[in-house]
Amino acid sequence: MSKGQKLLNWIDDRFPLSSMLKEHVTEYYAPKNFNFWYFFGSLAMLVLVIQIVTGIFLTMNYKPDGTLNAAGIPVAFASVEYIMRDVAGGWIIRYMHSTGASMFFVVVYLHMFRGLIYGSYKQPRELVWVFGTLIFLCLMAEAFMGYLLPWGQMSFWGAQVIVNLFGSLPVIGPDLSVWIRGDYVVSDATLNRFFALHVIAVPLVLLALVVAHLIALHEVGSNNPDGVEIKKLKDDKGIPLDGIPFHPYYTVKDIFGVAVFLIVFSVIVFFLPEMGGYFLEHPNFDQADPLKTPPHIAPVWYFTPFYAILRAIPSFLGTQVWGVIGMGAAVVLIAFLPWLDRSPIKSIRYRGPKFKFMLTLFIMAFIGLGILGAMPSTNTRTLIAQIFSFIYFAFFLGMPFYTKNDVGTVPVPTRVTDTNGKRQLQFVVLVAVTVIAAYLFATNV
Amino acid sequence: MKSKIRHLIAAMALALPVSSTVLANEGPALEKAPINIQDTESLQRGAQIFSNYCLSCHSASAMRYNRLTDIGLSEDQIKDQLLPKDGGLTKIGDQMNVTMDKKDAKVWLGAAPPDLSVIARSRGADYLYAYLRGFYRDPTRPTGWNNLVFDKVGMPHVLWEMQGEQIMKTEKNAEGHEEHKLELVKAGTLTKLENGKANTVEFDKRMADLTNFLVYVGEPAQVKRHQVGYIVLMFLGLLLLPLTYFLKKEYWKDVH
Repeated sequence: MSKGQKLLNWIDDRFPLSSMLKEHVTEYYAPKNFNFWYFFGSLAMLVLVIQIVTGIFLTMNYKPDGTLNAAGIPVAFASVEYIMRDVAGGWIIRYMHSTGASMFFVVVYLHMFRGLIYGSYKQPRELVWVFGTLIFLCLMAEAFMGYLLPWGQMSFWGAQVIVNLFGSLPVIGPDLSVWIRGDYVVSDATLNRFFALHVIAVPLVLLALVVAHLIALHEVGSNNPDGVEIKKLKDDKGIPLDGIPFHPYYTVKDIFGVAVFLIVFSVIVFFLPEMGGYFLEHPNFDQADPLKTPPHIAPVWYFTPFYAILRAIPSFLGTQVWGVIGMGAAVVLIAFLPWLDRSPIKSIRYRGPKFKFMLTLFIMAFIGLGILGAMPSTNTRTLIAQIFSFIYFAFFLGMPFYTKNDVGTVPVPTRVTDTNGKRQLQFVVLVAVTVIAAYLFATNV
Repeated sequence: MKSKIRHLIAAMALALPVSSTVLANEGPALEKAPINIQDTESLQRGAQIFSNYCLSCHSASAMRYNRLTDIGLSEDQIKDQLLPKDGGLTKIGDQMNVTMDKKDAKVWLGAAPPDLSVIARSRGADYLYAYLRGFYRDPTRPTGWNNLVFDKVGMPHVLWEMQGEQIMKTEKNAEGHEEHKLELVKAGTLTKLENGKANTVEFDKRMADLTNFLVYVGEPAQVKRHQVGYIVLMFLGLLLLPLTYFLKKEYWKDVH
């Protein structure tokens, strides 16, 4: 027996290292027909690691202090510029973190879209989906609190607007918003607690949820673009006929995905860190000023669909709480997808026309809401946002009805099929056309 | 309700033309600032104007004097030409601060002059270029000056000796909208009035230099950022991408 084997045996007698590796990596059988959409899970993990590592280094020089320094600049705001200028390599760390925040949402939105089109939330993967939704929720909290830290005008007023939303809740609202801020307005106290929550509390929960998400996934096995359960057909050794071990097949494939992603990521970090004002908003380079309300307060792009829903719902019965409820419901509803969808067919490849139609409308509505949420509202825009919000909710709440007897022309196969390049291209073109149509529509109203 | 339907129809009709930006600036289109962040001579001229005219009231507190070695100045040049003449009180590693008290400034000027460290990142180069050239005579203002892109600005026209004096003229354009235009009525050291025609080329160049410098000050690492970016992209595109691609191909040969 070699020395390495001896050491491994020694460890295995005390800790299930080999069996864990087998269970989750070398003998975790994944369907062999993963396509483009299946890169985003591992990429989300990559971005999570980027955020944690860059975050640690940022924390070493960032100061969560809202008081003014001798030059009249808030210490927190000045410390970000200190990182950008005086810390060796500080600018690259900061841009990786700020770009990472936006790219996290890019990959997570695409990851969620994958689940949506291939029915990855359906039985037996309901808990995988629910954990995923909770991760999304945590991510939103994490991004929101992190955005306060640079202590610019948008940081300050964005936080002010969102925390005030809690104030509109009946009875407990006003006290609740004071409790969240730790003050009557967003202040140094708010900055300090958001910093604490952003660097330790939320990431801790996030990591635990990611572990739960993966354990649940590995318990039930991965879905695939055909929505076929590969565990139903196994060879005499008990290995799924359509399965291949995650390592080395998907590890090498995912590393290729990582290389492509890093190229996109680097183009942004090194050449477009502000991304035209979408990843780093221009007004956020003005220091936070509690006495100067900006004319237009826009959330960062990844919150805009939900912000648009918030603004679209009018206040009635003398309270604005309905918009808040609507925005909350828009996020929470996602978790209920496994029980709203009544179709036995998982993949969009074999679904009927009703689901495809509703999904197309939903994509348009979601993109449209995202664009409208970034713009100042006008009467027309509000009306369009209301229509899009209606479609958003109709997609979820109508699901039990329109998915009930909705069968496609091609029956679900028993084995996974090869990826049809032409069909993939058609699908990507269809999604692109839908997105562009929604974009053109929303930007011109 | 009827008006809402009309709005909707109008919206659908408008959805046809392609729009280029979502968050388009609502104000008038600004002239593009002719700047080049790689042009160190322009940056040096900008630094000179900045330290002579701006730094008396505006700080750039995130910026250290010795960082200006970035733009091709030696430490001696920085000491001789740019450091404030305060008997050696300001050291070369110090930040560009002003001695004027913020409270005094507020009393004197109505508002404390903002720090200019990242002003180019919040306003954009085009705005700064328009602002610097946009001062005009306005007797209704306490300073006697107003600005075309910043109405009721508190700042006086510090560079009036260079630019001379402009007045604002309001004209109706072809569509019947009012348009504001500036006209030079008195030449400065960098402008000329010949037969009633204004020549502002020299002054505009100086303001482009100053704008260029402010853009540099907004993010001193930006030139370095591009340089590092090319190296990183070359590594990723020429090495990691093909390597991982062929690795995947090799491993997946036996998957059918």
